[in-house]
Amino acid sequence: MILADIAKLIRSKNAGPFTLTFDIMFADLASYRRVKDSGALNPAMFAKLYRCPVEKVRFFECENALAFKFSIPRPFTQGELGDGDMHGGQQFIPLMTVEIP
Amino acid sequence: MANEILRQTRFISPIGSLGGGINGTALDEVLTQAPHFIACDGGTTDAGPFSLGMGTPAFPREAVKRDLSLILRGGRRANIPVIIGSAGTAGGDIHVDWVLDIAREIVCENDLTLRTAVIYAEQDKAYLKRLLHANRILPLDPAPPISDSVIDGSARIVGMMGAEPLQQALLDGADFVLAGRCSDSALFAAIPLMHGFPPGLAWHAGKLSECGTLVCETLGKGVIFTTISQDEITIRPYGDGLRCTPQSVAAHSLYENADPYLHRECSGTFDLTRAAFEAIDDVTVRIRGSEFISQPYSVKLEGAALAGYQSIIVGGIRDPYIIRQLDSWLSSVRGYIEESIARVLADETDKSSYSLLFHTYGINAVMGSLEPDSKYLPHEVGIVLEATAPTQGLAHKLAQLSRQPLLHYPVKEWAGSITAFACLHSPTVIDRGPVYRFNLNHVAIPFTPFEMFRTQFIDLRRSRRS
Repeated sequence: MILADIAKLIRSKNAGPFTLTFDIMFADLASYRRVKDSGALNPAMFAKLYRCPVEKVRFFECENALAFKFSIPRPFTQGELGDGDMHGGQQFIPLMTVEIP
Repeated sequence: MANEILRQTRFISPIGSLGGGINGTALDEVLTQAPHFIACDGGTTDAGPFSLGMGTPAFPREAVKRDLSLILRGGRRANIPVIIGSAGTAGGDIHVDWVLDIAREIVCENDLTLRTAVIYAEQDKAYLKRLLHANRILPLDPAPPISDSVIDGSARIVGMMGAEPLQQALLDGADFVLAGRCSDSALFAAIPLMHGFPPGLAWHAGKLSECGTLVCETLGKGVIFTTISQDEITIRPYGDGLRCTPQSVAAHSLYENADPYLHRECSGTFDLTRAAFEAIDDVTVRIRGSEFISQPYSVKLEGAALAGYQSIIVGGIRDPYIIRQLDSWLSSVRGYIEESIARVLADETDKSSYSLLFHTYGINAVMGSLEPDSKYLPHEVGIVLEATAPTQGLAHKLAQLSRQPLLHYPVKEWAGSITAFACLHSPTVIDRGPVYRFNLNHVAIPFTPFEMFRTQFIDLRRSRRS
């Protein structure tokens, strides 16, 4: 199964002009735990997926919000020449197809 | 009220962004719940650096006037203070004055009596350079380089104020505080902190309330009503079909924050690691356990610098022969354009003074280097050519010189003259005006918490315009 089939919302957004943040949210504790226990989400996989040094990846497991969060430096500062996503809202797509065993 | 306010503080967050369109019915309803103040955020960096750089707001004047009028009239009716922060989107002095002018109009039209304090947050460059030389400007991560010339080259720099200047204005008798760039949470935490409520709860309540109904399960038109007591926060929406749930409230601290637990403010960090969320009824959530750690005082800086002037061309390509070799074709087109620029505009420009960018919609315009699907070829590709240069005139000429190569640059699959690019417009070139970039991700360590912000009491009835 892929992450998009289990999560109720996968989203990305600026956290200020210099940081991109990603939220993966679930409708129930069972789905959250299933993904957590699979170990499929971790800083190393995220660093590979987003071509970013692993030490720059921040990862949070937020059980009371039934959510996981990743944050990385923006590849371009928001609005800089070459930045194609002012709000950072369309950067989550690679997460959709992460396999959850 | 004086005794009661020590037991509980109740406040209204009428909308997440001033100008977004307040639900007036819900606001009227919540005004009957004996609130102690109304606060509202008027700013964001979400729309990019232009507002800060150019000094313009992101909302139409009419939209801000409608919301501000509802808030100011509501505040007068209930006889409670109103706090507006990050006025005019970026919270620079010019943005504050823009909202002040709207407030003046509302006060005159509605015959309101308001003791108004205006707090400016724009930063003096000489002052910032003094702080820099005293090692009192520190980088956040990641931060662009900082120097005297970065400060001097900024179009505008604001400091994000905390609760202290708001509190001082309220102590001095303001019942309308209009602030420049300000921590969103501080707008709501200022009064509860003044009355001695636990800072962890005061700041967390502010954080939960500042985005309006974003804290709800589903977004809708409504108003947030929050109470703080010595040991808990309760939060609920007013508005049809809206509800706060423990999960929606817990999840709100994720939104647009790099760290869901630790939130830095001027005076310290609030820590939600131990916050607990519990449903009181179908729409109301109780929060306990939020903590606050005091830290040395710091003020976040936001700056924007002119990046140049821009002209663009919008169009598309449908020819599969070109699409299958788009990168190399565009690279040849670019080479051709650069040659003609060098030939025609040699006196005005060299290659380092301008930028030509192709955004290829359908291929990787949205994700750029992060695009995982590099093999996919669409049947058509949208192209935006961005020419950026030190003057608008030059940017315009660069885009003009790009049109013919885009239209006619050959591919080997076709013999004879082709027209490869479907232009959307005539004239082809659209001038975008000045473009800006964020140039600071730093904090300043002021010598005192108040020195970076300037407060003035203003009589709004003495119309500047008349």
